[in-house]
Amino acid sequence: MDLSPLLLSIKVAVISTTIVFVFGVFFAHLFEKRLFWGKSIVESLFLLPLVLPPTVVGFGLLILFGKKGWIGNWLLETFDIQIVFTWTAAVLASVVVSFPLMYQSAAAAFDSLDNKLGDAARTMGASEWRVFRTITFPLAWPGLLAGLVLSFARGLGEFGATLMLAGYIPGKTDTIPMAIYFAVEAGKMEKATFWVVIITALGFSTILWLNWWSKRNLRRFASEKR
Amino acid sequence: MLDVSIRKQLDHFELDVSFTAYNEIIVLAGSSGAGKTSILQAIAGLNEPDSGMITLNGKSFFDGKRNSLPTRSRNIGYLFQDYALFPHMTVERNIHYGLHKQTTATTGFIIEQLLTVLGISHLLDKYPHQISGGEKQRVALARALATEPDLLLLDEPLSALDEETREECQNELLRLHELWKIPFLIVTHSRLEAEKLGDRVLHLKKGLLVNDSRGTMKETPVH
Repeated sequence: MDLSPLLLSIKVAVISTTIVFVFGVFFAHLFEKRLFWGKSIVESLFLLPLVLPPTVVGFGLLILFGKKGWIGNWLLETFDIQIVFTWTAAVLASVVVSFPLMYQSAAAAFDSLDNKLGDAARTMGASEWRVFRTITFPLAWPGLLAGLVLSFARGLGEFGATLMLAGYIPGKTDTIPMAIYFAVEAGKMEKATFWVVIITALGFSTILWLNWWSKRNLRRFASEKR
Repeated sequence: MLDVSIRKQLDHFELDVSFTAYNEIIVLAGSSGAGKTSILQAIAGLNEPDSGMITLNGKSFFDGKRNSLPTRSRNIGYLFQDYALFPHMTVERNIHYGLHKQTTATTGFIIEQLLTVLGISHLLDKYPHQISGGEKQRVALARALATEPDLLLLDEPLSALDEETREECQNELLRLHELWKIPFLIVTHSRLEAEKLGDRVLHLKKGLLVNDSRGTMKETPVH
């Protein structure tokens, strides 16, 4: 059995989750408590991939990153980098579809923090960066981690946008969801079943762990309230 | 010397106060929603007045020209109503948070003194949720004073405590003020507490100072 789809899926999910984590945390923190014109429009745009069909996301990405696309063409001519039909395209698709999950989790995590803690740190001479590093981030961590896990799971299971942007090239862009679809297409039910079991087990343990984790944090919080 | 003269539009009225504080305990008294906390926040730089000025020992915090000194550079101590101890840090790390990495002999001495006066040396390894309300209050006081501030702001510091602990803490505050010799600005809605703690009591009503118990204040704006 060729295990390359598993490795590729994990590689794609790890890289996309890292990117999504950095940007999700950055934007959620930047937008928190900041009111500006058009904020709700920007936030709606962030969350849009959550409700759009993956094919629409893929179509949009193709328009931008295709060989003749605005960004894709520029990348190709300037750096000789092609995005479409490579595993980078799978990463890009994963980033776009999992960003909303990370952003929402991070925004909720930051929102639930007591502003006074940061203020207390400021009165003791802490810079904004130190407040973030020592107060905001560690206290928001349970929520951020939940977002991280959700994004990872979403990235692992991404299919529609990936198919549009990365296509199915065995050994190159065949993530597990791709492998399943094309195994069924080719009538290889055994192979498909194998991957279905693998990805279901991965998804199930992710959610199980996440539930356990959030309950644990609830308990900890409850003991603090006492 | 703390010099405050500020105006700020709040939800239902305009805050408009002027007062000067020397190295004494000034109590800001008044019912809830009278604007007491807004005054402390303005002095700390956590909110910005619409106009006026705030200076401490000649250093300008706010000059009315939207040119205010950031909170971190004001060197003040602030005791929050619910103490705002960092829940993920031990008492020791809470108290050391505002100190520079290299603790000098003097800071070491000051921390020792604070721990002794407040009787909290045995709590250093505990987390905030493991200690009582009175202990939290003392830890928060130690934390606020550990940075050797030029001014201490206290927002309803004793309201969450039971009668007995409150009395103890009042005495501790008075003792610390003796030692520290900086202006203490205490917000309270308890008349008794105001009279016990305050060298001077400023009464606040709907954003205006209505009278000064000792009558040594600068002109009180009465509209």
